[in-house]
Amino acid sequence: MSTLQGLSFTNLNITQVFSIGIFLSLAFVLIGNKINHLIRIFSLSFIFSILYFYLNETSPYWYIFGIFLITLFFMNKLKKYSMESLKEDFISEKIIFDFITLFGIVFFAFVILFPFYIMLVTSFKTQIALLVNPLDFSLDFTKSLTDLFKSYFVIFETYNFGRYILISSAVSIGTVIVTLLFAIPAAYAVARLNFFGKNFLSTSILIIYMFPAIVLVIPLYTVFSQLGLRNSIFGLLIVYTATTLPVAIYMLQGYFKSIPKEIEDAGIMDGQNWFGIILKIIIPLSLPAIASVALYVFMIAWNEFLFSLMFLDSPKSFTLSRAIQYLSGDAETPRQYLMAGSVIVTLPVLFIFVYFEKYLVSGLTSGSVKG
Amino acid sequence: MSNTLLKLEKRTAYTLVLPAVLLVFAIVLFPVFANVWISFKDIELKDIRIPEPRAKKIVKSISENQSELKVIYKLRNSSLIQEIRNVQFQDKFPKDVSPINLDPRCNFQSKKVICNFGNWKAKYRENFEITIKNNNSEIIDKKTIKHQKPILSGKADNPLLSTNFTLENFKKVFYENNFVELLLTTFYFTFFGTLGAIIFGILAAQLVNQNIQGRTYMRGILLFPYVGPVVALAYTWTLLLDPNSGTLNALLVNFNIIDKPINLLGQKYITMSIFGFEFKLRLALTTVIFFEIWRYFPLAFLFILARLQAIPQSLYEAADVDGASPIQKFIHITLPQITAIISILFMIRFIWNFNKFEDIFLLTGGASGTRTLPINVYQQGFAVSDIGMGSAVSIVIVMLLISFMVIYFKLIGKRASED
Repeated sequence: MSTLQGLSFTNLNITQVFSIGIFLSLAFVLIGNKINHLIRIFSLSFIFSILYFYLNETSPYWYIFGIFLITLFFMNKLKKYSMESLKEDFISEKIIFDFITLFGIVFFAFVILFPFYIMLVTSFKTQIALLVNPLDFSLDFTKSLTDLFKSYFVIFETYNFGRYILISSAVSIGTVIVTLLFAIPAAYAVARLNFFGKNFLSTSILIIYMFPAIVLVIPLYTVFSQLGLRNSIFGLLIVYTATTLPVAIYMLQGYFKSIPKEIEDAGIMDGQNWFGIILKIIIPLSLPAIASVALYVFMIAWNEFLFSLMFLDSPKSFTLSRAIQYLSGDAETPRQYLMAGSVIVTLPVLFIFVYFEKYLVSGLTSGSVKG
Repeated sequence: MSNTLLKLEKRTAYTLVLPAVLLVFAIVLFPVFANVWISFKDIELKDIRIPEPRAKKIVKSISENQSELKVIYKLRNSSLIQEIRNVQFQDKFPKDVSPINLDPRCNFQSKKVICNFGNWKAKYRENFEITIKNNNSEIIDKKTIKHQKPILSGKADNPLLSTNFTLENFKKVFYENNFVELLLTTFYFTFFGTLGAIIFGILAAQLVNQNIQGRTYMRGILLFPYVGPVVALAYTWTLLLDPNSGTLNALLVNFNIIDKPINLLGQKYITMSIFGFEFKLRLALTTVIFFEIWRYFPLAFLFILARLQAIPQSLYEAADVDGASPIQKFIHITLPQITAIISILFMIRFIWNFNKFEDIFLLTGGASGTRTLPINVYQQGFAVSDIGMGSAVSIVIVMLLISFMVIYFKLIGKRASED
């Protein structure tokens, strides 16, 4: 059980699986409610696994166990079918729909997760293992930890990835802080105060957001070269802040408008000035919105590639994305190092996304269609 | 009273808004206008540095007792194409040290050598020497001399600010750049990328919207490609699609779908025959489009799912009473409810895909028939180092973009007036 050796598509026989599957589904419907549902699904899945094992003797035991669990899952889905339900209207269409749904979900989950899995597995492989069998998706846990994590040690020691992680974090966190510092007051003014040009400003926010980075690159490159801002974290920070500001303002002002005005009026009565109102009333009340803006901006800055490609030439100031791209520029660089770097840059984002999904999804839907 | 309050409100509003507006103006709006300026100039990457006079200082001893030293300055103009006018030179020496036989262009006052070198042409170089001597015949410390850096100054034109303009860049863009092919590739990529993302988005949303266990997990997983860093994902795909050690080719060969591996990202055309008709498919471009769909269908999925969940369940119950089939329910209830969000998504995604740079750049670098307009900006500006030309391509992008937006807002306006 310690290794996943032998996990590969080569020993998957599709016709066989389908014929046994259809046969068992028919048996399931024919048996109907004569036996308890649980007993029914367990016994039929067991029969399927035994048959499969009998026909593919080479498969290891844990593999059969996996097959058993998957079959159990599918059998459970058949619960709502019985001899009576087969007489309903449009039953063939319904069965086809159910079938498509089930396989569609398996298909989507596979298509999405497979590249991520390949990324992870490749980073633990050796160069030879990679070339010998591209269909070997296994992780060899019998190797010592230093062998298993060799690519990670190499990119940290030889390629200085520790530094790049620091730079990427500094730029991303810096961008979040500066963006919020600029965006919160501006969003408050747009949401609450009356001034000349307010409507123009709030519509132009969205139009500016539509302008793509690629048309900004050449002028910014020339100006930054002359000002000596290339290869500097500060220069990158300014650009990231300016490009994320419109969406941050847009998201925040929408939330600020939903805060009842009476609360602020009470603040004014207490003799608070605008600064006090923002600091003591608006910010504490809109922490969820601020959190979702902060996470969203962090993700944009962390994943950003175009500007870091243009502005950073010296390995001293690379961000993670730029460093991985630089690494790949050398055709000799083993792919597993590249994948180890990719895992390092992907993990924080996925972790944040899974952990704070609620905030991020609201950010994604309210502010953005960019990317 | 209320007038002063109003004034105060205005003033506060401007102070709150101004920092953000100025920053966005400097970094986002200014470059858009600067592009127009640069696109009318004949300017290359090497021209953008403002030329400056430089000096490298070398100290040599010439006498035994080291009371006399020779200081050599290797002077040069940093620019290969531009003149520097009125170059001033200044270097400081320690106490009791004075130069002998000083160059006529220079003079020595209060421990400083000040020279006026006049104009330096492009590529100008000179080895300028000063011999110095200690007045009390003591040893001069070489290190202190060496550490004192000379100060140089001079006037040079900033090539960006000169006023000679040319239409050459636009001529090149339209006549020498395979412009029609470039535009067609861009539209092909944009249209099919957007369409595919929306179709897969509808499918995924329809699947997840049904009553299945683990629906929220499924929603999270489906968004992974959209939130992951593009660099990591693009290289993973490159690895997967590699003709020699890639998983996909190995799988296809294993199941006898293809005879020998295909270079999915490096081959421009592939000849396919379906029902006896033979046609050529843009292979690399299609692969890039599939990556694009994979990465951005989650966004369409998210928006469509939100819309689907807002459709009142009573509509479907009524359809059940009328005896409608699942397909009829989808066509007559679901589709009309999501057309609005689909059209908005289509237009916005269309604009974004039109400007997509990173994905194509990382997968193919614009080779094998995947050169789109944004890729061309990079190639012209940084690979060929013709900045003026790159800017001209940017202007073309901006123009097309503005026309898309005008169409978009017109359609939205029409929609609003219809409702």
